Amino acid sequence: MKNISLLSKAGSFAQNKDIARDIRTQEIVPALERNEDIILDFKGVDSATQSFIHALISEILREYRGNVLEHISFKSCNEEIKQIINIVLDYMGE
Amino acid sequence: MILSMVAALGLTLEPQNIKCAKLTAKSKNYISRMKLFETLRIPFNGGFIEHESSGRFIPLRVIQDTEEKTQLIKDIIPLLHLQSEPEQAKTISYILTELVDNVLEHACTPVGAIICAQYYQDSNCIRIGIADTGRGIKKAINQSHPASTHIDAIQLALWPGITGTTKREGGTDINAGAGLFFVKSIANVNRDFFVIYSGSALYKMLKKTTNPNGILTLNSDPFKDRHSKNNNLPFWKGTVVGIDITLDQTKEFLFLLQAIRKTYSKAVKERRKARYKAKFI
Repeated sequence: MKNISLLSKAGSFAQNKDIARDIRTQEIVPALERNEDIILDFKGVDSATQSFIHALISEILREYRGNVLEHISFKSCNEEIKQIINIVLDYMGE
Repeated sequence: MILSMVAALGLTLEPQNIKCAKLTAKSKNYISRMKLFETLRIPFNGGFIEHESSGRFIPLRVIQDTEEKTQLIKDIIPLLHLQSEPEQAKTISYILTELVDNVLEHACTPVGAIICAQYYQDSNCIRIGIADTGRGIKKAINQSHPASTHIDAIQLALWPGITGTTKREGGTDINAGAGLFFVKSIANVNRDFFVIYSGSALYKMLKKTTNPNGILTLNSDPFKDRHSKNNNLPFWKGTVVGIDITLDQTKEFLFLLQAIRKTYSKAVKERRKARYKAKFI
C-alpha cells in the first residue's frame, strides 16, 4: 500500500499542475505498475483546482480505464475536493 | 483591466519609446501605486511623495512561470485583506490560478501574464484584470478546432471540455479545457461582471436576472447566457479577461461545484453523442 500525502507536495491550495503531473508519473504510475494499492491523502488540503485533479488522475483513468479506481483511494477529502474529483471522474468516464 | 492592457502593450516596447501624457495628480498617484511606471521601466517624476497605501489591491505584476503564479496566490490574501473572508479568498485564488495558467499554457508569449486587482468600496467588489500579448484565442483554438472568427473562437474557449491543445474529449494529461468555463461559471453564479477580449472580438456576460425559483442553471454554450458580443473591435494581439467579484454575494464554492458537475457532464456527453453517429448511406 502506497500512501501519498498531497499537502507536503502541493500545499493547502493544490493548484500547481506540474506538481500534480510529477506525483502521477513518479509515484502513482510506478505503484500501479507494481500492482500496489494507492492512497491519495488530502489531509490538510483545503482546496484544489479542477486543473490540479485533472493533471493528477485523468491520464491514469484513460490509460488504465475505470477499474484502476479499485486500486486508488482518496482519503480525508473535504466536500469541495470530493466534488472536484467527481467532476473529473464524470467527464473522463462518460 | 485597462491598466493591465496598458502595461501589456507597454511591455512590447523599449522604455525609451514610451511617452507618458500629462496626468492629473490623482491619476499619477493611482498609476504609480499600481506600479505602471515601474513595470514599464520608465521614470516617474511626479513631484510628490508616494505614500504606502493600506488599500486593498494587487499592483501590476508580470507572471512568467508557475513559481511566480504560486507566489501570487500566496500574496492574494494579505494584499486584498481577505483574512476574514475565506470563501472569497478561495474564489479569487481559483480564478487567478486558472487565468494565469491559460496564459502560460496557451498564449505562447515570453512576456507572460500581466495582472492587477483592486477592491472598490462603493460596489464592495474586487476587480481583476489579466492581459497578454500572445497569439490570442483564435490561433490557440484553431490548433485543434475550426473557428473562422475571433468570436467563434471565444465561444469554443468558454465551452467546457474544449481546449486548443487536442481534439480529444477530456483534453490532454494536463489540460482539460475547463479553466475559462469555471471562471465564467463563478461569475455567472455570483452575478458578477465577466468580459473576454481577443483579436477583434469581445464577449461580455451580462448580469443574470434573479431566478425566482432559486434554481441555479449553467449553460455550456456561452451564447446561451445573457451576453453582448462584438466581432469588429480594434485588434488586440493576445487575450484580456476582466472579472469583478462582488464580495457580499459570493456563493459557497461547493454550491458552484455541484452546478458545474451537472453542466460539464451533460456537455461532454452531448458532444460525444454528436461525434459518434453512424453514417448510413
